[in-house]
Amino acid sequence: MSTPPAEVRDDPFETRALTPFQLARYRAARHPGLLIGATLYALLALCALFAPLLAPHDPFEANAALRLIPPVWNEAGSWTNVLGTDAFGRDILSRVLYGTRISLGIGLAVATFSMLIGTTLGLIGGYFGGRIDAFVMYLITTKLAMPQLVVLLALLSVFGGSVLVLIVVIAALGWDRYAMVIRPLTMRMRQQEFTLAAEVIGASKPRILFGELLPNVMDQILVIMTVEMGLVIVIEAAISFLGLGLPPPTPSLGLMIAEGREYMFFLPYLMVIPGSVIFVAEIAIFLLGDGIGDLFAPDDRSTQ
Amino acid sequence: MLGFFLNRAATALLSIITVSILSFVLLRLSGDLATALAGTEATPEQVQATAELYGLDRPLVVQYFDWAGDLLQGDFGRSIYTSEPVTQILVNALPITLTIVLLGTLLNILISVPLGAFAALKINTLPDRAVVGFSVGMSAIPNFWLALLLMMVFSVTLQWTPVAGSESWQHYILPVVTLGLSNLAARTRLTRANMVDALNADYIRTARAMGLKTRTVLFKYALRVALLPLVATTMVQLGNQLGRTVIIETIFGMSGLGGEVFRAILRQDFPVVQAIVLFISFAYIVLTLLADLINAVLDPRIRLS
Repeated sequence: MSTPPAEVRDDPFETRALTPFQLARYRAARHPGLLIGATLYALLALCALFAPLLAPHDPFEANAALRLIPPVWNEAGSWTNVLGTDAFGRDILSRVLYGTRISLGIGLAVATFSMLIGTTLGLIGGYFGGRIDAFVMYLITTKLAMPQLVVLLALLSVFGGSVLVLIVVIAALGWDRYAMVIRPLTMRMRQQEFTLAAEVIGASKPRILFGELLPNVMDQILVIMTVEMGLVIVIEAAISFLGLGLPPPTPSLGLMIAEGREYMFFLPYLMVIPGSVIFVAEIAIFLLGDGIGDLFAPDDRSTQ
Repeated sequence: MLGFFLNRAATALLSIITVSILSFVLLRLSGDLATALAGTEATPEQVQATAELYGLDRPLVVQYFDWAGDLLQGDFGRSIYTSEPVTQILVNALPITLTIVLLGTLLNILISVPLGAFAALKINTLPDRAVVGFSVGMSAIPNFWLALLLMMVFSVTLQWTPVAGSESWQHYILPVVTLGLSNLAARTRLTRANMVDALNADYIRTARAMGLKTRTVLFKYALRVALLPLVATTMVQLGNQLGRTVIIETIFGMSGLGGEVFRAILRQDFPVVQAIVLFISFAYIVLTLLADLINAVLDPRIRLS
């Protein structure tokens, strides 16, 4: 699945190589992992986007008369509440749909913010070197030394959990991977001809950093962004589970797991359903990230 | 070599100091600690008295240096909540966390290394795909959810293991298993990739051409080389794990570093939180430096650059 055979090219006599995008498209169609991941992810994204339209009930509407109805596959279940209801009589399917929206939304927002911080630091450190790079290295070391989850929980206990605080705090503690990957890549590119050429024609530093170097690491950035999204979704769920993330009655998947915990013996579905949604999201994101990595890999890297 | 190491150590020291300042300052952003300590019904005089008692009326910089000075003498201060010395809390909590982290990592290695090596031998066949799929699947399970599922099955339904606490060795089974099964994919894939590289290397071909037994070639040459990079990454991960046991310890009601720090966070018991954050950072930095050193000793290219 590395380089396409001659017959897939439009004109077999044409010697022009495929553009990276064409090559990526060729590989994508032959990458089952990527296809499965992308399909799953697209489904989740659609659920997240259209949660208000898809949800059969109001996710916040509590109804004491409808408490703890089991899912439809149970004899006592019904099609009115396909996945049953929770201890407050709220429809679980609706809450899960909104929960997906929150998880993916926070995941994407955090991955984007931390990408901006980490990529900028990595580019600057790698390109300028010397003292500036030493400072970037110091920032990275400091960040890595802090126990992320502990600091996160401590900060949330101070600032309180809301969507905005969560996004800012998790992003502020999650940029290291971008910086660690982009920095050495930039260092290597600094000595290559295209960078020298840009310097010779007098291009400005920002132009070199973001116009010349950045496009060459975009594939790596995309891969890290997917990986980070997966991590962030679990982190958000975990801290909401611990009670320091999004406050009830928000339909956060982590919070739903926490609420289902006390019923784990008699009504395990309360805990299993929201957890399974995170599980599926993680698988989708993992396959997607792995696939994207393969799409843009040089020929010798794409096979493993 | 020495210069390289000193340079790393200097950055590390600077980072530790930064973490100590950050953990000190951030926890004081919570607004009025004295009010929180004195209780919501306290009169202004009582709040004032509490502030003076804990030295909270002094400037932040003075408070920091006071705290840092004590720290250098090995005095972490006392818990605001129980007035127990923080050092004592650390001494009690550390063995619990170390047990979970070390045994969990060991279990993880015992599962992922054989799986990864096996997959490498069967590369691009069905067994290889099955191993990769299994490890990905295991990694996709959020670890707090895995902990709850294990608890649901083994503690609540089957009643094989105790539900919560850290008194007997049985209490450690589920936390260790949770940690051991989390993040299987990373190590499995690393072993697999290293093993594939090793198997394709010239010296392996030479060894086989010389007629050495397959088993000797595999275990004595290929696997050994494939495992070298794992030594350093494992050290770094041990440092990471120390801070990640918060969720597992909280779920299983264990009072290791993670359980203690979470309780302290909920109580706004800042001396305890600061001490544990700093301790974990310090452990991480030391382990990373060791990993660098090991890498440099094992790989001359790093040493010379």
